[in-house]
Amino acid sequence: MNMNDISDMSDMSQCRQVLSVSGLSKRFGSLQVLDGIGFSVARGETVCLLGPSGSGKSTLLRCINWLERPDSGHVLLDGRQIGVSSGGVVMNDRELALMRTRIGMVFQHFALWPHLSVLQNVVEAPLHVQRRPKGEVMAEAEALLRRVGLFDKRDVFPARLSGGQKQRVGIARALAMKPALLLFDEPTSALDPELVGEVLAVMRDLAREGMTMVVVTHEMAFAREAASRVIFIDRGVIVETGHPEAFFSAPSTERARQFLLRYAGAGLPNAAPVPTPP
Amino acid sequence: MINGFGIVWAERGLMLAGLANTLLLSVLAGICALLLGALLTPLLMHRAKPVARSVRVFVDAARCTPFLLFAYMVYYGLPSLGLRFDNWSAGLSALIVYHTAYMAEILRGAWAAQPRAPIEAGQAFGYHGLALFRRIVLPPLALASAPVVGNQLIQIIKDSAFLTIIALPELTHAASSIQSRHFVPFAAFITAVLLYWALCLVVEAGVSTVGRMAEARR
Repeated sequence: MNMNDISDMSDMSQCRQVLSVSGLSKRFGSLQVLDGIGFSVARGETVCLLGPSGSGKSTLLRCINWLERPDSGHVLLDGRQIGVSSGGVVMNDRELALMRTRIGMVFQHFALWPHLSVLQNVVEAPLHVQRRPKGEVMAEAEALLRRVGLFDKRDVFPARLSGGQKQRVGIARALAMKPALLLFDEPTSALDPELVGEVLAVMRDLAREGMTMVVVTHEMAFAREAASRVIFIDRGVIVETGHPEAFFSAPSTERARQFLLRYAGAGLPNAAPVPTPP
Repeated sequence: MINGFGIVWAERGLMLAGLANTLLLSVLAGICALLLGALLTPLLMHRAKPVARSVRVFVDAARCTPFLLFAYMVYYGLPSLGLRFDNWSAGLSALIVYHTAYMAEILRGAWAAQPRAPIEAGQAFGYHGLALFRRIVLPPLALASAPVVGNQLIQIIKDSAFLTIIALPELTHAASSIQSRHFVPFAAFITAVLLYWALCLVVEAGVSTVGRMAEARR
């Protein structure tokens, strides 16, 4: 394990990058889930992580904020290493928690706090973790709920909401932390098909407004339209990365081509022709 | 028979003093056992096996001891080790310690059944340690476990009756002394039973209030 060698990562050229991941590896038992993943995300970019189920996308996302502890590699947020403090020792829970407040996360199964109303879910962490002034937090939370179209549901408990509504609360809750980076872990996978659109609409707006986002998704149409860049992962390694238009119309690897073939029917809006390999 | 209730009525001061003491014992023991149980729960769930295991030994040992024996040990047994209590502190601490084990086990079970995702979300949003437990883990846990906790409170009320054997002047003790003084066992004991029942109805009302709160969130 080599996590204290950060001297080459902390120079100024890295600082316009919000997120920089290098050499990230994670193994569950005998299964190598991530194998030397490296990429970076600049401010305002929306990066979509694509890949077959079990390819390691979600694990990668969870390694970024150390919900899953990587076996090796670095994760830098605004040039500061996550999980390992400057002395090279693994952060304690308190230091790690402080780093995590700068990264918003939206979960596949919403993970709202069931005992709190919609509004309380949104203000909980800004008030009690970030300890920001109540008036300011409440005003911002109400604005966020208006923005995701759920202001009239502010006093309802999550259990009374549809999946799409829950996920929009999940997004508002993450935005309320004013994060430098927003992580989406398959945000629409648990939704009924007719509810996917309302969540993607909110995400599309965020991407357009310059929120820095890393999105794990199977929504190919969304990735094609909203991503600044797509990263295709298979069996724990980055197979291909590029501009979405190039990736979807002319993937340069056979594995990506096979993947797109499988998902093309469901995701591609105008059934873009997949070029045959030479 | 009617005469018996007349005698109990005449001794109502003694009966009500017993009721007040039972109430005091049950409320104090209920609150303390619940709080201490909530403190033990994270230890029962602790990642470090030796911690979890030693708490588990206490919890299992206490739960498998009849309360009467437990109270005997505290009042008659501990003095031989040099720890001497008066009957009030012995009785109250026996109730508290014994039922702390139950509360810890109740909350642990409810915790294990809670979905993992909201807790993980708490961690992702910067919660850790005690604040994570208090603000994210405990509230849904308390709502989910209210019916079982209420049941345990009723158990505490009933177990407090055993403390008559160490001469605590609680409700059973009062009923017992009225019957032995006036030879009215049926009237004295049925009155005590009705008063215990009334206490349990209060607990049940509390449980159904929490139940409604839980229902709104389910």
